Amino acid sequence: MNIDTTDRGIIEATQGGLPLAPAPYAEVAAGLGLTEAEVIERLAAMQARGVIRRIAAAPNHYAFGLTANGMTVWDVADEMAEELGAEVGALDFVSHCYLRPRALPMWPYNLFAMVHGRDRGEVEAKRARISELLGPCCQRSDILYSTRILKKTGLRLTPRHNPLGRR
Amino acid sequence: MSRPTPPLDVTDRRIVNALQEGFPLTPRPYAEVADWLGLTEGELIRRLGRLLDTRALTRFGPFFDAEALGGAFCLCAMAVPEARFDEVMTQVNARAEVAHNYARTHRLNMWFVLATETREGIEDAARAIEHETGLSVFRFPKEREFFIGFRVAA
Repeated sequence: MNIDTTDRGIIEATQGGLPLAPAPYAEVAAGLGLTEAEVIERLAAMQARGVIRRIAAAPNHYAFGLTANGMTVWDVADEMAEELGAEVGALDFVSHCYLRPRALPMWPYNLFAMVHGRDRGEVEAKRARISELLGPCCQRSDILYSTRILKKTGLRLTPRHNPLGRR
Repeated sequence: MSRPTPPLDVTDRRIVNALQEGFPLTPRPYAEVADWLGLTEGELIRRLGRLLDTRALTRFGPFFDAEALGGAFCLCAMAVPEARFDEVMTQVNARAEVAHNYARTHRLNMWFVLATETREGIEDAARAIEHETGLSVFRFPKEREFFIGFRVAA
């Protein structure tokens, strides 16, 4: 782990969410025997190092009407994949965009882009825009709609020690 | 997701839009955000609590990057026979390393993300799932992630 035990304690205390109280960092600090300033400094440092991507709210797509969720997958020429991936990721309706290894012969696709819409028609229209952007650089594509969320918990560090050695 | 959520008003939507961008690292962050939105601190906190309780928000807080922590993420997929789907789902979901799991429309019909604290943890978890289910786990580790500006328009 690229973090010390203090950082780890802060992560364990906040991974389920920030306290909904006027001074949330002071509350986290009180639970860990730190000062509010230390917690704020540590969080800022973790954000600067990229350990924290951002401190923000994650909306439930379904609650905001985005009930059609498709993982679009593309077989893009390797030498063009970096450049095209960046362009696809920049589209305002793509929520995640990755290059991943193919698993031939079953899986020929190397570019993955998640697309959301109010219905499948909207998702298909967005998929068509990606297809247009990729043009002849893409040989094959597919879309995998999610039909059921089977589990969604996100990353959880298993508490495996007492933060700061206290019991 | 399945639970019906009460209608969200314009203020709720402004809160959700604003808080997708980030949150101040200052002693009274809710007061600061409330001020931008023309709300009181108390009202912002109360509404946020309701948005979380009704699952309009899935989470509010820091988002950690497992890889920056020295751990790893890996997207995995399995071709699960329909008759065994629920049984395999239970086996897969029981593992703490499985962060998300989705049923999808494809021969590879179960897609899950492994999140582990060490890089070796991915292989261990994938092998354990193969051993337990007798099915192949296809590994799709990310080779490159592209910058995303996507936000849900609330």
